[in-house]
Amino acid sequence: MPLFARLYNFAHWLAQDRIAAEDLVQETYMKALRGFSSFRQGTNFRAWMYRILRNTFLTSQTGLKTSALVSLDSDEGQTAEPAVAENPETVLLARVERETIQNALEELPVRFREIILLCDLEEMSYQEIGETLGIPMGTVMSRLSRARKSMRELLAARSQGAAR
Amino acid sequence: MTCDLWRSKLDAYVDSVCSAEDLANLEAHFRTCASCAAEALAGLRIKRMTQNAAARYSPSREFRLRIEESIQAKRKPGWTFAWRPAWLPGMGMAAAALAVGIVLIVVALTLGIQHTERGHALAELVDLHVATLASANPVDVISTDRHTVKPWFQGKLPFTFNLPELQNSSFKLLGGKVTYFEHSPGAQLLFQIRNHQLSVFIFQNRQETIPLSTGIATARELAFNVEAWSEGGLRYVVIGDASPADVHELGELMRSAK
Repeated sequence: MPLFARLYNFAHWLAQDRIAAEDLVQETYMKALRGFSSFRQGTNFRAWMYRILRNTFLTSQTGLKTSALVSLDSDEGQTAEPAVAENPETVLLARVERETIQNALEELPVRFREIILLCDLEEMSYQEIGETLGIPMGTVMSRLSRARKSMRELLAARSQGAAR
Repeated sequence: MTCDLWRSKLDAYVDSVCSAEDLANLEAHFRTCASCAAEALAGLRIKRMTQNAAARYSPSREFRLRIEESIQAKRKPGWTFAWRPAWLPGMGMAAAALAVGIVLIVVALTLGIQHTERGHALAELVDLHVATLASANPVDVISTDRHTVKPWFQGKLPFTFNLPELQNSSFKLLGGKVTYFEHSPGAQLLFQIRNHQLSVFIFQNRQETIPLSTGIATARELAFNVEAWSEGGLRYVVIGDASPADVHELGELMRSAK
């Protein structure tokens, strides 16, 4: 089965629950099978599958709860803020451990968590991310920048807490 | 150009999607600006750590089987009815042959389940190996020195292992990283021989894990050569596109490691 393990990992990060992740993956494959005729040859299969999974998540109970808290497209029209130059922060970030990264990812809002996972873990191009999330390239770049800034702030705060 | 403008290009730099011109300019700027260089370094480091830490959840084999079954059912709606010939009822010999056939299928399935599960496990390990080779950062500890690579795993895995002395062999150690298989953390070590890269996976032997081998087992999975064995409560799997002899030699080296 193509992408099975990776889709499951992504689903678990979105839903934060094993059962919900399994339901999401199962529904994704069923929808993909039903809608395979709508898949256009020559387009990106991986982005198509991730898009089905993500849309399934957004319409699931967990996804609806999440999107009710924060609009997934709330960053449209905002400009990317450059990262702040703080050398103490980069020093703290150097101490970050694997578990700290996982906890920070869990804490991020879904729209930030998913874009970081697609970019850093799945190594998707900005264009593929745009296709998956259904947003233009410019929004991919601004959202990614904001997601990374939030991630760094969380990591720095956690490392600072651990250092005390 | 001010630092703010350079920093707006840092994400593209971290994701290796800068234009050649921006890349050259950015690297020239890093040589004169320690602050931007530190930002870029932190960005690269977090990206690498995220890549490693986010590969956290793996599906159970029961779930994989369940999905495969539902896909099969979906692909062939009404298959059973279409397959059953209309003249079957009343055909004594045919019914007997069918019964024998069913018994044979049940026996084959029983024997085959373990084989299938083993196949899934190997396929998953091959996926991990391929994903590692495709990654821009295949390993988290980059060193050819076993005395650097082995201690790096301390505190990251609930077990330890030995790495062989490679001085008189054709193999070169490239590094390693923590990986996950069947919900358990394990070590993935990357070796090179000529132009081929091979992974050695080391995981704990647990009761519920799929038996990959009894003794030293060799296999071919998607044209990759695989050798697996268990020793001292750990199970080892060597995977690569090198020849079976090379895969076996690396296995021998791992088994002789003190």
